[in-house]
Amino acid sequence: MAGRKFDSKALAKGVFSIVVFLVLWEIGSRSKTWITAESLSGFRDALGAMGFSKKYLPWIGAIPAPSEVVLAWGTVLFDPGYWHSWMMSGMRVGGGFFAAMLVGIPFGLALAVSRTTYGIGFPVFELLRPIPPLAWVPASIIFWPTQELSIAFVTFLGAFYTIVINVVGGARSIDVRFFQAAQSMGSSKADIFRRVILPGTLPSIVVGSAVGMGITWEVVVAAEMISGGGSQVGGTSGGGLGFFIWNSYVGGSYEQIVVGMISIGIAGFISSELLRHFGKYLTPWLRLR
Amino acid sequence: MSENQVPRPIVASGEIAVRGVSKSYGEAHLAREVVKDCDFTVERGKLTVMIGPSGCGKSTLIRLLAGFESPDTGSILLDGAPITGPSRDRLVLFQESALFPWMTTWDNILYGPRARGEVTRQTLEFAEFLLNKVGLRDFRNKYPTQLSGGMQRRAELARAMINNPQIMILDEPFRGLDAMTKELMWEYYANLFDESGRTNFFVTTDIDEAVFLADRLLIMTNIPAQVRTVIEVDVPRPRKLSDMVTNDRANAVKMEALAILHEEAMKSFSRGSKAAADFVEAYARRSAKA
Repeated sequence: MAGRKFDSKALAKGVFSIVVFLVLWEIGSRSKTWITAESLSGFRDALGAMGFSKKYLPWIGAIPAPSEVVLAWGTVLFDPGYWHSWMMSGMRVGGGFFAAMLVGIPFGLALAVSRTTYGIGFPVFELLRPIPPLAWVPASIIFWPTQELSIAFVTFLGAFYTIVINVVGGARSIDVRFFQAAQSMGSSKADIFRRVILPGTLPSIVVGSAVGMGITWEVVVAAEMISGGGSQVGGTSGGGLGFFIWNSYVGGSYEQIVVGMISIGIAGFISSELLRHFGKYLTPWLRLR
Repeated sequence: MSENQVPRPIVASGEIAVRGVSKSYGEAHLAREVVKDCDFTVERGKLTVMIGPSGCGKSTLIRLLAGFESPDTGSILLDGAPITGPSRDRLVLFQESALFPWMTTWDNILYGPRARGEVTRQTLEFAEFLLNKVGLRDFRNKYPTQLSGGMQRRAELARAMINNPQIMILDEPFRGLDAMTKELMWEYYANLFDESGRTNFFVTTDIDEAVFLADRLLIMTNIPAQVRTVIEVDVPRPRKLSDMVTNDRANAVKMEALAILHEEAMKSFSRGSKAAADFVEAYARRSAKA
Protein backbone atom coordinates (compact mmCIF):
# COMPACT_ATOMS: atom_id res chain seq x y z
CA MET A 1 0.00 0.00 0.00
CA ALA A 2 1.22 3.36 -1.03
CA GLY A 3 0.52 5.26 2.14
CA ARG A 4 1.66 2.67 4.65
CA LYS A 5 4.53 3.57 6.96
CA PHE A 6 7.75 1.65 6.66
CA ASP A 7 7.65 -0.94 9.39
CA SER A 8 11.17 -1.80 10.56
CA LYS A 9 9.90 -4.37 13.06
CA ALA A 10 8.10 -6.33 10.36
CA LEU A 11 11.24 -6.20 8.23
CA ALA A 12 13.39 -7.46 11.12
CA LYS A 13 10.97 -10.33 11.70
CA GLY A 14 10.98 -11.19 8.01
CA VAL A 15 14.79 -11.19 7.78
CA PHE A 16 15.04 -13.24 10.96
CA SER A 17 12.61 -15.82 9.64
CA ILE A 18 14.46 -16.21 6.36
CA VAL A 19 17.89 -16.39 8.01
CA VAL A 20 16.72 -19.09 10.44
CA PHE A 21 15.24 -21.05 7.56
CA LEU A 22 18.46 -20.88 5.56
CA VAL A 23 20.65 -21.76 8.55
CA LEU A 24 18.53 -24.83 9.41
CA TRP A 25 18.61 -25.88 5.79
CA GLU A 26 22.40 -25.42 5.63
CA ILE A 27 22.99 -27.39 8.84
CA GLY A 28 20.59 -30.10 7.86
CA SER A 29 22.10 -30.46 4.46
CA ARG A 30 25.77 -30.35 5.57
CA SER A 31 25.53 -32.59 8.62
CA LYS A 32 24.24 -35.37 6.39
CA THR A 33 22.75 -36.84 9.53
CA TRP A 34 20.06 -34.43 10.60
CA ILE A 35 16.54 -35.65 9.96
CA THR A 36 17.83 -38.80 8.44
CA ALA A 37 17.04 -42.36 9.03
CA GLU A 38 20.37 -42.61 10.93
CA SER A 39 19.65 -39.83 13.38
CA LEU A 40 16.20 -40.99 14.15
CA SER A 41 17.17 -44.51 14.92
CA GLY A 42 14.39 -45.06 17.41
CA PHE A 43 11.88 -43.82 14.90
CA ARG A 44 13.50 -45.93 12.21
CA ASP A 45 13.34 -49.03 14.35
CA ALA A 46 9.70 -48.40 15.01
CA LEU A 47 9.05 -47.98 11.30
CA GLY A 48 11.22 -50.96 10.55
CA ALA A 49 9.08 -53.06 12.83
CA MET A 50 6.13 -51.92 10.76
CA GLY A 51 7.81 -53.12 7.62
CA PHE A 52 9.26 -49.85 6.29
CA SER A 53 12.89 -49.69 5.44
CA LYS A 54 15.29 -46.76 5.55
CA LYS A 55 14.92 -45.87 1.91
CA TYR A 56 11.35 -44.76 2.44
CA LEU A 57 12.37 -41.96 4.76
CA PRO A 58 13.13 -38.41 3.57
CA TRP A 59 16.71 -37.33 3.86
CA ILE A 60 17.60 -33.65 3.93
CA GLY A 61 21.25 -34.55 3.40
CA ALA A 62 20.35 -35.40 -0.19
CA ILE A 63 19.36 -31.80 -0.89
CA PRO A 64 22.16 -29.35 -1.72
CA ALA A 65 22.92 -26.74 0.93
CA PRO A 66 22.03 -23.10 0.25
CA SER A 67 25.70 -22.18 0.01
CA GLU A 68 26.19 -24.78 -2.73
CA VAL A 69 23.13 -23.46 -4.51
CA VAL A 70 24.53 -19.93 -4.43
CA LEU A 71 27.83 -21.19 -5.84
CA ALA A 72 26.05 -23.09 -8.61
CA TRP A 73 24.00 -20.01 -9.36
CA GLY A 74 27.20 -17.98 -9.65
CA THR A 75 28.41 -20.29 -12.42
CA VAL A 76 25.05 -20.53 -14.14
CA LEU A 77 24.73 -16.74 -14.29
CA PHE A 78 27.41 -16.71 -16.97
CA ASP A 79 25.76 -19.48 -18.94
CA PRO A 80 23.73 -17.95 -21.77
CA GLY A 81 21.58 -21.10 -21.75
CA TYR A 82 20.26 -20.16 -18.29
CA TRP A 83 19.14 -16.76 -19.49
CA HIS A 84 17.76 -18.30 -22.61
CA SER A 85 15.61 -20.53 -20.38
CA TRP A 86 14.29 -17.43 -18.67
CA MET A 87 13.47 -15.90 -22.00
CA MET A 88 11.79 -19.01 -23.35
CA SER A 89 9.57 -19.46 -20.29
CA GLY A 90 8.91 -15.74 -20.18
CA MET A 91 7.80 -15.73 -23.79
CA ARG A 92 5.54 -18.72 -23.33
CA VAL A 93 3.97 -17.28 -20.20
CA GLY A 94 3.68 -13.84 -21.78
CA GLY A 95 2.26 -15.19 -25.03
CA GLY A 96 -0.23 -17.53 -23.37
CA PHE A 97 -1.22 -14.93 -20.82
CA PHE A 98 -1.81 -12.12 -23.31
CA ALA A 99 -3.71 -14.44 -25.60
CA ALA A 100 -5.86 -15.39 -22.60
CA MET A 101 -6.51 -11.70 -21.86
CA LEU A 102 -7.19 -10.95 -25.49
CA VAL A 103 -9.72 -13.75 -25.83
CA GLY A 104 -10.91 -14.05 -22.23
CA ILE A 105 -11.87 -10.45 -21.49
CA PRO A 106 -14.10 -9.93 -24.55
CA PHE A 107 -15.53 -13.43 -24.17
CA GLY A 108 -16.29 -12.86 -20.50
CA LEU A 109 -17.87 -9.49 -21.22
CA ALA A 110 -19.96 -10.99 -24.00
CA LEU A 111 -21.17 -13.72 -21.65
CA ALA A 112 -22.05 -11.16 -19.01
CA VAL A 113 -23.76 -8.67 -21.29
CA SER A 114 -25.85 -10.83 -23.59
CA ARG A 115 -28.19 -13.56 -22.50
CA THR A 116 -27.95 -15.22 -25.91
CA THR A 117 -24.16 -15.40 -25.78
CA TYR A 118 -24.39 -16.72 -22.25
CA GLY A 119 -26.91 -19.36 -23.21
CA ILE A 120 -24.80 -20.57 -26.10
CA GLY A 121 -21.29 -20.05 -24.81
CA PHE A 122 -21.44 -20.87 -21.13
CA PRO A 123 -22.40 -24.56 -21.25
CA VAL A 124 -19.40 -25.43 -23.44
CA PHE A 125 -17.18 -23.27 -21.27
CA GLU A 126 -18.37 -24.99 -18.11
CA LEU A 127 -17.94 -28.38 -19.76
CA LEU A 128 -14.28 -27.72 -20.59
CA ARG A 129 -13.36 -25.75 -17.47
CA PRO A 130 -12.95 -28.67 -15.03
CA ILE A 131 -10.31 -30.27 -17.29
CA PRO A 132 -6.95 -29.29 -15.79
CA PRO A 133 -4.74 -27.46 -18.33
CA LEU A 134 -2.00 -30.07 -17.93
CA ALA A 135 -4.37 -32.80 -19.07
CA TRP A 136 -4.39 -30.96 -22.39
CA VAL A 137 -0.64 -31.41 -22.96
CA PRO A 138 -0.68 -34.57 -25.11
CA ALA A 139 -3.73 -33.50 -27.11
CA SER A 140 -2.19 -30.09 -27.52
CA ILE A 141 1.09 -31.54 -28.84
CA ILE A 142 -0.85 -33.54 -31.40
CA PHE A 143 -3.08 -30.63 -32.39
CA TRP A 144 -0.63 -27.76 -32.73
CA PRO A 145 1.97 -27.88 -35.51
CA THR A 146 4.89 -26.83 -33.33
CA GLN A 147 5.74 -27.74 -29.79
CA GLU A 148 6.17 -24.07 -28.99
CA LEU A 149 2.54 -23.40 -29.87
CA SER A 150 1.34 -26.38 -27.88
CA ILE A 151 3.09 -25.15 -24.73
CA ALA A 152 1.75 -21.64 -25.27
CA PHE A 153 -1.72 -23.08 -25.72
CA VAL A 154 -1.57 -24.92 -22.40
CA THR A 155 -0.40 -21.78 -20.61
CA PHE A 156 -3.21 -19.92 -22.35
CA LEU A 157 -5.74 -22.35 -20.89
CA GLY A 158 -4.24 -21.88 -17.43
CA ALA A 159 -5.07 -18.18 -17.42
CA PHE A 160 -8.13 -18.21 -19.69
CA TYR A 161 -10.67 -19.88 -17.40
CA THR A 162 -9.76 -17.76 -14.41
CA ILE A 163 -9.94 -14.55 -16.40
CA VAL A 164 -13.30 -15.39 -17.96
CA ILE A 165 -14.86 -16.44 -14.64
CA ASN A 166 -13.66 -13.24 -12.99
CA VAL A 167 -14.86 -11.02 -15.82
CA VAL A 168 -18.32 -12.62 -15.85
CA GLY A 169 -18.60 -12.43 -12.07
CA GLY A 170 -17.33 -8.87 -11.97
CA ALA A 171 -19.63 -7.59 -14.69
CA ARG A 172 -22.64 -9.31 -13.17
CA SER A 173 -22.04 -7.95 -9.70
CA ILE A 174 -22.21 -4.33 -10.87
CA ASP A 175 -24.97 -2.68 -8.86
CA VAL A 176 -28.21 -2.37 -10.84
CA ARG A 177 -28.56 1.23 -9.62
CA PHE A 178 -25.57 2.21 -11.73
CA PHE A 179 -27.37 1.01 -14.83
CA GLN A 180 -30.59 2.71 -13.79
CA ALA A 181 -28.77 5.95 -13.06
CA ALA A 182 -26.93 5.82 -16.39
CA GLN A 183 -30.12 5.01 -18.30
CA SER A 184 -31.99 7.85 -16.61
CA MET A 185 -29.31 10.31 -17.62
CA GLY A 186 -29.69 9.37 -21.23
CA SER A 187 -26.85 6.87 -21.72
CA SER A 188 -27.01 4.69 -24.80
CA LYS A 189 -26.17 0.99 -24.57
CA ALA A 190 -22.72 1.58 -26.05
CA ASP A 191 -22.13 4.41 -23.61
CA ILE A 192 -23.20 2.28 -20.65
CA PHE A 193 -20.86 -0.46 -21.82
CA ARG A 194 -17.92 1.90 -22.13
CA ARG A 195 -18.44 4.02 -19.04
CA VAL A 196 -20.22 1.67 -16.61
CA ILE A 197 -19.63 -1.98 -17.46
CA LEU A 198 -16.00 -1.69 -18.51
CA PRO A 199 -14.75 0.33 -15.52
CA GLY A 200 -17.07 -1.60 -13.21
CA THR A 201 -15.50 -4.86 -14.32
CA LEU A 202 -11.92 -3.59 -14.32
CA PRO A 203 -11.16 -4.52 -10.68
CA SER A 204 -12.26 -8.10 -11.38
CA ILE A 205 -10.20 -8.17 -14.57
CA VAL A 206 -7.15 -7.15 -12.56
CA VAL A 207 -7.79 -9.81 -9.91
CA GLY A 208 -8.49 -12.46 -12.53
CA SER A 209 -5.31 -11.57 -14.37
CA ALA A 210 -3.19 -11.76 -11.24
CA VAL A 211 -4.56 -15.18 -10.35
CA GLY A 212 -4.30 -16.27 -13.99
CA MET A 213 -0.67 -15.19 -14.14
CA GLY A 214 0.14 -17.39 -11.15
CA ILE A 215 -1.51 -20.39 -12.78
CA THR A 216 0.34 -19.66 -16.01
CA TRP A 217 3.70 -20.09 -14.29
CA GLU A 218 2.58 -23.32 -12.67
CA VAL A 219 1.43 -24.65 -15.98
CA VAL A 220 4.39 -23.60 -18.12
CA VAL A 221 6.89 -25.38 -15.87
CA ALA A 222 5.01 -28.65 -16.01
CA ALA A 223 4.34 -28.33 -19.72
CA GLU A 224 8.04 -27.78 -20.41
CA MET A 225 9.00 -30.80 -18.33
CA ILE A 226 6.48 -33.05 -20.04
CA SER A 227 7.08 -31.91 -23.58
CA GLY A 228 10.84 -32.04 -23.24
CA GLY A 229 11.55 -28.37 -23.52
CA GLY A 230 10.12 -27.77 -26.93
CA SER A 231 13.41 -26.59 -28.34
CA GLN A 232 15.71 -28.18 -30.87
CA VAL A 233 18.70 -26.79 -28.99
CA GLY A 234 17.78 -28.86 -25.97
CA GLY A 235 19.88 -29.18 -22.83
CA THR A 236 20.18 -26.17 -20.63
CA SER A 237 20.34 -23.90 -23.61
CA GLY A 238 16.76 -23.28 -24.58
CA GLY A 239 14.09 -25.40 -23.02
CA GLY A 240 12.73 -22.90 -20.56
CA LEU A 241 13.03 -22.92 -16.78
CA GLY A 242 10.87 -25.99 -16.35
CA PHE A 243 13.08 -27.93 -18.67
CA PHE A 244 16.13 -26.42 -17.00
CA ILE A 245 15.02 -28.05 -13.73
CA TRP A 246 14.20 -31.33 -15.40
CA ASN A 247 17.46 -31.39 -17.29
CA SER A 248 19.40 -30.63 -14.12
CA TYR A 249 17.68 -33.55 -12.46
CA VAL A 250 18.45 -35.89 -15.34
CA GLY A 251 22.04 -34.65 -15.43
CA GLY A 252 22.45 -35.13 -11.69
CA SER A 253 23.18 -31.48 -11.02
CA TYR A 254 21.11 -31.13 -7.89
CA GLU A 255 22.26 -27.62 -7.06
CA GLN A 256 20.87 -26.46 -10.39
CA ILE A 257 17.47 -27.96 -9.59
CA VAL A 258 17.20 -25.59 -6.67
CA VAL A 259 18.57 -22.73 -8.76
CA GLY A 260 15.78 -23.38 -11.29
CA MET A 261 13.13 -23.59 -8.59
CA ILE A 262 14.14 -20.29 -7.05
CA SER A 263 14.40 -18.70 -10.50
CA ILE A 264 10.79 -19.60 -11.23
CA GLY A 265 9.78 -18.18 -7.87
CA ILE A 266 11.52 -14.93 -8.76
CA ALA A 267 9.98 -14.85 -12.24
CA GLY A 268 6.50 -15.40 -10.81
CA PHE A 269 7.06 -12.71 -8.21
CA ILE A 270 8.25 -10.18 -10.77
CA SER A 271 5.32 -10.78 -13.10
CA SER A 272 2.78 -10.55 -10.24
CA GLU A 273 4.34 -7.30 -9.04
CA LEU A 274 4.27 -5.84 -12.54
CA LEU A 275 0.61 -6.80 -12.87
CA ARG A 276 -0.22 -5.46 -9.44
CA HIS A 277 1.31 -2.08 -10.24
CA PHE A 278 -0.35 -1.90 -13.61
CA GLY A 279 -3.66 -2.89 -12.01
CA LYS A 280 -3.32 -0.14 -9.41
CA TYR A 281 -2.64 2.34 -12.14
CA LEU A 282 -5.77 1.21 -13.99
CA THR A 283 -8.05 1.35 -10.94
CA PRO A 284 -7.01 4.48 -9.04
CA TRP A 285 -10.37 4.71 -7.24
CA LEU A 286 -9.68 1.50 -5.31
CA ARG A 287 -6.51 2.65 -3.57
CA LEU A 288 -7.70 6.11 -2.56
CA ARG A 289 -9.80 5.78 0.53
CA MET B 1 -22.98 32.15 -3.65
CA SER B 2 -25.81 34.16 -5.15
CA GLU B 3 -23.27 36.50 -6.80
CA ASN B 4 -22.30 33.59 -9.00
CA GLN B 5 -24.27 34.67 -12.03
CA VAL B 6 -24.09 31.83 -14.47
CA PRO B 7 -26.57 31.81 -17.34
CA ARG B 8 -28.63 28.86 -16.17
CA PRO B 9 -30.87 26.94 -18.50
CA ILE B 10 -34.56 27.56 -18.02
CA VAL B 11 -36.18 24.57 -16.42
CA ALA B 12 -39.51 23.44 -17.73
CA SER B 13 -41.13 21.86 -14.69
CA GLY B 14 -43.29 18.84 -15.26
CA GLU B 15 -46.34 17.46 -13.54
CA ILE B 16 -46.91 13.76 -12.94
CA ALA B 17 -50.38 12.28 -12.69
CA VAL B 18 -50.72 8.79 -11.23
CA ARG B 19 -54.12 7.37 -12.10
CA GLY B 20 -55.47 4.08 -10.77
CA VAL B 21 -52.08 2.41 -10.74
CA SER B 22 -51.69 -1.14 -9.45
CA LYS B 23 -48.63 -3.33 -9.36
CA SER B 24 -48.11 -6.80 -7.98
CA TYR B 25 -45.20 -9.20 -7.91
CA GLY B 26 -45.17 -12.95 -8.14
CA GLU B 27 -47.16 -15.42 -10.20
CA ALA B 28 -50.91 -16.03 -10.12
CA HIS B 29 -52.20 -16.99 -6.68
CA LEU B 30 -48.84 -16.18 -5.07
CA ALA B 31 -49.03 -12.61 -6.37
CA ARG B 32 -48.57 -9.91 -3.77
CA GLU B 33 -50.21 -6.61 -4.51
CA VAL B 34 -47.76 -3.86 -3.60
CA VAL B 35 -49.56 -0.88 -5.12
CA LYS B 36 -53.34 -0.86 -5.48
CA ASP B 37 -55.54 1.70 -7.24
CA CYS B 38 -53.11 4.44 -6.39
CA ASP B 39 -54.05 7.99 -7.35
CA PHE B 40 -52.07 11.15 -6.77
CA THR B 41 -50.54 14.13 -8.52
CA VAL B 42 -47.04 15.48 -8.23
CA GLU B 43 -47.86 19.13 -8.83
CA ARG B 44 -45.84 21.36 -11.07
CA GLY B 45 -43.09 23.36 -9.34
CA LYS B 46 -43.91 21.97 -5.93
CA LEU B 47 -42.05 19.78 -3.50
CA THR B 48 -44.27 16.80 -2.89
CA VAL B 49 -43.20 14.54 -0.06
CA MET B 50 -44.52 11.02 0.28
CA ILE B 51 -44.32 9.51 3.73
CA GLY B 52 -45.40 6.06 4.79
CA PRO B 53 -44.41 3.12 6.94
CA SER B 54 -41.35 1.24 5.69
CA GLY B 55 -42.22 -1.55 3.31
CA CYS B 56 -45.44 0.10 2.21
CA GLY B 57 -44.56 0.09 -1.48
CA LYS B 58 -43.00 3.54 -1.80
CA SER B 59 -39.91 2.25 -3.55
CA THR B 60 -42.10 0.38 -6.02
CA LEU B 61 -43.90 3.63 -6.82
CA ILE B 62 -40.53 5.28 -7.39
CA ARG B 63 -39.49 2.59 -9.85
CA LEU B 64 -42.79 3.08 -11.67
CA LEU B 65 -42.42 6.87 -11.81
CA ALA B 66 -38.83 6.53 -12.99
CA GLY B 67 -39.94 4.12 -15.68
CA PHE B 68 -37.72 1.20 -14.61
CA GLU B 69 -40.91 -0.84 -14.32
CA SER B 70 -44.40 -0.37 -15.71
CA PRO B 71 -47.72 -0.62 -13.84
CA ASP B 72 -50.03 -3.63 -14.25
CA THR B 73 -53.06 -1.38 -14.56
CA GLY B 74 -53.64 2.35 -14.60
CA SER B 75 -51.44 5.02 -16.09
CA ILE B 76 -48.68 7.39 -15.13
CA LEU B 77 -48.61 10.58 -17.15
CA LEU B 78 -45.95 13.24 -17.39
CA ASP B 79 -47.65 16.40 -18.61
CA GLY B 80 -50.34 14.23 -20.16
CA ALA B 81 -48.00 11.83 -21.97
CA PRO B 82 -47.64 8.29 -20.65
CA ILE B 83 -44.29 7.26 -19.17
CA THR B 84 -42.71 4.46 -21.19
CA GLY B 85 -39.20 4.12 -19.78
CA PRO B 86 -36.39 5.80 -17.90
CA SER B 87 -35.54 9.27 -19.13
CA ARG B 88 -33.58 12.32 -18.14
CA ASP B 89 -36.96 14.10 -17.65
CA ARG B 90 -37.36 12.22 -14.39
CA LEU B 91 -34.12 11.72 -12.53
CA VAL B 92 -33.92 9.48 -9.49
CA LEU B 93 -31.72 9.82 -6.43
CA PHE B 94 -31.48 6.46 -4.76
CA GLN B 95 -31.43 5.45 -1.12
CA GLU B 96 -27.72 4.78 -1.17
CA SER B 97 -25.20 6.63 -3.23
CA ALA B 98 -25.23 5.60 -6.87
CA LEU B 99 -22.24 7.74 -7.79
CA PHE B 100 -19.95 5.84 -10.12
CA PRO B 101 -17.02 4.78 -7.90
CA TRP B 102 -14.62 4.90 -10.85
CA MET B 103 -15.27 8.54 -11.64
CA THR B 104 -14.19 11.68 -9.83
CA THR B 105 -16.80 14.13 -8.54
CA TRP B 106 -16.37 16.23 -11.66
CA ASP B 107 -16.74 13.30 -14.05
CA ASN B 108 -19.75 12.04 -12.14
CA ILE B 109 -21.47 15.42 -12.41
CA LEU B 110 -20.75 15.58 -16.13
CA TYR B 111 -21.93 12.02 -16.77
CA GLY B 112 -25.32 12.97 -18.19
CA PRO B 113 -24.20 15.74 -20.56
CA ARG B 114 -21.37 13.53 -21.85
CA ALA B 115 -23.74 10.61 -22.37
CA ARG B 116 -25.93 12.79 -24.56
CA GLY B 117 -23.04 14.61 -26.23
CA GLU B 118 -24.14 17.93 -24.81
CA VAL B 119 -20.93 19.25 -23.34
CA THR B 120 -20.85 22.92 -24.23
CA ARG B 121 -19.17 25.87 -22.55
CA GLN B 122 -22.49 26.64 -20.93
CA THR B 123 -22.76 23.11 -19.55
CA LEU B 124 -19.28 23.32 -18.08
CA GLU B 125 -20.12 26.65 -16.45
CA PHE B 126 -23.31 25.19 -15.07
CA ALA B 127 -21.36 22.19 -13.72
CA GLU B 128 -18.94 24.60 -12.08
CA PHE B 129 -21.85 26.52 -10.59
CA LEU B 130 -23.46 23.38 -9.20
CA LEU B 131 -20.14 22.17 -7.81
CA ASN B 132 -19.83 25.40 -5.84
CA LYS B 133 -23.46 25.30 -4.88
CA VAL B 134 -23.12 21.92 -3.20
CA GLY B 135 -19.83 22.97 -1.62
CA LEU B 136 -17.59 20.50 -3.39
CA ARG B 137 -15.28 22.81 -5.31
CA ASP B 138 -12.21 21.49 -3.50
CA PHE B 139 -13.31 17.90 -4.04
CA ARG B 140 -13.76 17.89 -7.79
CA ASN B 141 -10.92 15.46 -8.41
CA LYS B 142 -11.79 13.11 -5.55
CA TYR B 143 -13.37 9.72 -6.03
CA PRO B 144 -16.67 8.94 -4.21
CA THR B 145 -14.90 6.76 -1.61
CA GLN B 146 -12.87 9.81 -0.63
CA LEU B 147 -16.01 11.85 0.11
CA SER B 148 -18.06 11.78 3.31
CA GLY B 149 -21.63 10.46 3.20
CA GLY B 150 -23.07 13.98 3.09
CA MET B 151 -20.68 15.03 0.31
CA GLN B 152 -21.67 12.01 -1.74
CA ARG B 153 -25.34 12.93 -1.47
CA ARG B 154 -24.56 16.49 -2.50
CA ALA B 155 -22.46 15.35 -5.45
CA GLU B 156 -25.39 13.21 -6.49
CA LEU B 157 -27.77 16.15 -6.26
CA ALA B 158 -25.47 18.10 -8.57
CA ARG B 159 -25.16 15.15 -10.94
CA ALA B 160 -28.94 15.01 -11.24
CA MET B 161 -29.55 18.76 -11.49
CA ILE B 162 -27.12 19.33 -14.36
CA ASN B 163 -29.50 17.35 -16.56
CA ASN B 164 -32.31 19.84 -15.93
CA PRO B 165 -34.89 17.17 -15.34
CA GLN B 166 -38.51 18.23 -15.37
CA ILE B 167 -38.95 16.28 -12.18
CA MET B 168 -36.49 15.16 -9.54
CA ILE B 169 -37.42 11.96 -7.74
CA LEU B 170 -35.67 11.27 -4.46
CA ASP B 171 -35.97 7.92 -2.70
CA GLU B 172 -35.02 8.42 0.96
CA PRO B 173 -31.86 10.16 -0.19
CA PHE B 174 -30.60 11.15 3.26
CA ARG B 175 -31.21 7.84 4.96
CA GLY B 176 -28.21 6.55 6.83
CA LEU B 177 -26.65 9.95 7.45
CA ASP B 178 -26.16 11.04 11.06
CA ALA B 179 -28.67 13.50 12.52
CA MET B 180 -26.52 16.61 12.14
CA THR B 181 -25.47 15.86 8.58
CA LYS B 182 -29.08 15.14 7.76
CA GLU B 183 -30.20 18.57 8.93
CA LEU B 184 -27.42 20.16 6.93
CA MET B 185 -28.55 18.21 3.88
CA TRP B 186 -32.15 19.36 4.36
CA GLU B 187 -31.03 22.97 4.22
CA TYR B 188 -28.79 22.39 1.17
CA TYR B 189 -31.57 20.57 -0.58
CA ALA B 190 -34.37 22.99 0.36
CA ASN B 191 -32.17 25.83 -0.81
CA LEU B 192 -31.55 24.13 -4.17
CA PHE B 193 -35.26 23.53 -4.53
CA ASP B 194 -36.23 27.09 -3.66
CA GLU B 195 -33.81 28.42 -6.27
CA SER B 196 -34.73 26.07 -9.07
CA GLY B 197 -38.51 25.98 -8.61
CA ARG B 198 -38.42 22.55 -10.16
CA THR B 199 -41.01 19.83 -9.50
CA ASN B 200 -39.66 17.51 -6.82
CA PHE B 201 -40.98 14.23 -5.53
CA PHE B 202 -39.38 13.16 -2.28
CA VAL B 203 -40.00 9.89 -0.49
CA THR B 204 -39.12 9.43 3.15
CA THR B 205 -40.00 7.71 6.41
CA ASP B 206 -38.76 10.62 8.53
CA ILE B 207 -41.60 12.88 9.71
CA ASP B 208 -39.34 15.85 10.61
CA GLU B 209 -37.73 15.68 7.18
CA ALA B 210 -41.12 15.43 5.53
CA VAL B 211 -42.68 18.42 7.27
CA PHE B 212 -39.62 20.63 6.88
CA LEU B 213 -39.35 20.01 3.15
CA ALA B 214 -42.90 19.51 1.90
CA ASP B 215 -45.25 21.82 0.08
CA ARG B 216 -47.64 18.90 -0.12
CA LEU B 217 -47.47 15.88 2.09
CA LEU B 218 -48.84 12.57 0.84
CA ILE B 219 -49.42 10.09 3.64
CA MET B 220 -49.53 6.50 2.51
CA THR B 221 -51.55 3.59 3.76
CA ASN B 222 -49.87 0.35 4.56
CA ILE B 223 -49.17 -2.14 1.80
CA PRO B 224 -50.75 -2.20 -0.80
CA ALA B 225 -49.78 1.42 -1.22
CA GLN B 226 -52.47 4.05 -1.61
CA VAL B 227 -52.50 7.71 -0.74
CA ARG B 228 -54.47 7.98 2.45
CA THR B 229 -54.37 11.75 3.08
CA VAL B 230 -52.90 14.81 1.41
CA ILE B 231 -51.87 17.69 3.67
CA GLU B 232 -50.89 21.09 2.27
CA VAL B 233 -47.97 22.30 4.35
CA ASP B 234 -48.69 26.00 3.96
CA VAL B 235 -45.62 27.27 5.75
CA PRO B 236 -43.89 30.03 3.76
CA ARG B 237 -40.59 29.39 2.00
CA PRO B 238 -37.67 29.70 2.40
CA ARG B 239 -37.89 27.90 5.70
CA LYS B 240 -35.38 27.70 8.49
CA LEU B 241 -35.02 24.60 10.58
CA SER B 242 -34.88 26.64 13.78
CA ASP B 243 -38.16 28.39 12.93
CA MET B 244 -39.92 25.18 12.01
CA VAL B 245 -39.56 23.84 15.55
CA THR B 246 -41.69 26.70 16.91
CA ASN B 247 -44.02 27.05 13.92
CA ASP B 248 -47.55 26.13 15.03
CA ARG B 249 -48.72 25.13 11.59
CA ALA B 250 -45.71 22.85 11.10
CA ASN B 251 -46.30 21.20 14.45
CA ALA B 252 -49.98 20.76 13.75
CA VAL B 253 -49.15 19.06 10.45
CA LYS B 254 -46.63 16.86 12.18
CA MET B 255 -49.14 15.71 14.81
CA GLU B 256 -51.82 15.09 12.22
CA ALA B 257 -49.45 13.10 10.05
CA LEU B 258 -48.15 11.08 12.99
CA ALA B 259 -51.66 10.20 14.08
CA ILE B 260 -52.44 8.81 10.63
CA LEU B 261 -49.12 6.97 10.40
CA HIS B 262 -49.79 5.49 13.80
CA GLU B 263 -53.13 4.22 12.67
CA GLU B 264 -51.56 2.61 9.61
CA ALA B 265 -48.75 1.14 11.69
CA MET B 266 -51.30 -0.34 14.11
CA LYS B 267 -53.07 -1.99 11.21
CA SER B 268 -49.94 -3.60 9.88
CA PHE B 269 -48.77 -4.47 13.37
CA SER B 270 -51.98 -6.36 14.00
CA ARG B 271 -51.31 -8.15 10.73
CA GLY B 272 -48.00 -9.34 12.06
CA SER B 273 -45.53 -6.78 10.74
CA LYS B 274 -42.62 -6.56 13.16
CA ALA B 275 -41.31 -3.41 11.52
CA ALA B 276 -44.41 -1.53 12.62
CA ALA B 277 -43.88 -2.44 16.28
CA ASP B 278 -41.03 0.03 16.70
CA PHE B 279 -43.05 2.82 15.24
CA VAL B 280 -46.08 2.07 17.39
CA GLU B 281 -43.95 2.10 20.51
CA ALA B 282 -42.11 5.30 19.54
CA TYR B 283 -45.39 7.01 18.79
CA ALA B 284 -46.88 5.97 22.12
CA ARG B 285 -43.92 7.50 23.99
CA ARG B 286 -43.98 10.65 21.95
CA SER B 287 -47.69 11.29 22.48
CA ALA B 288 -47.27 10.53 26.18
CA LYS B 289 -44.70 13.33 26.34
CA ALA B 290 -46.90 15.79 24.47
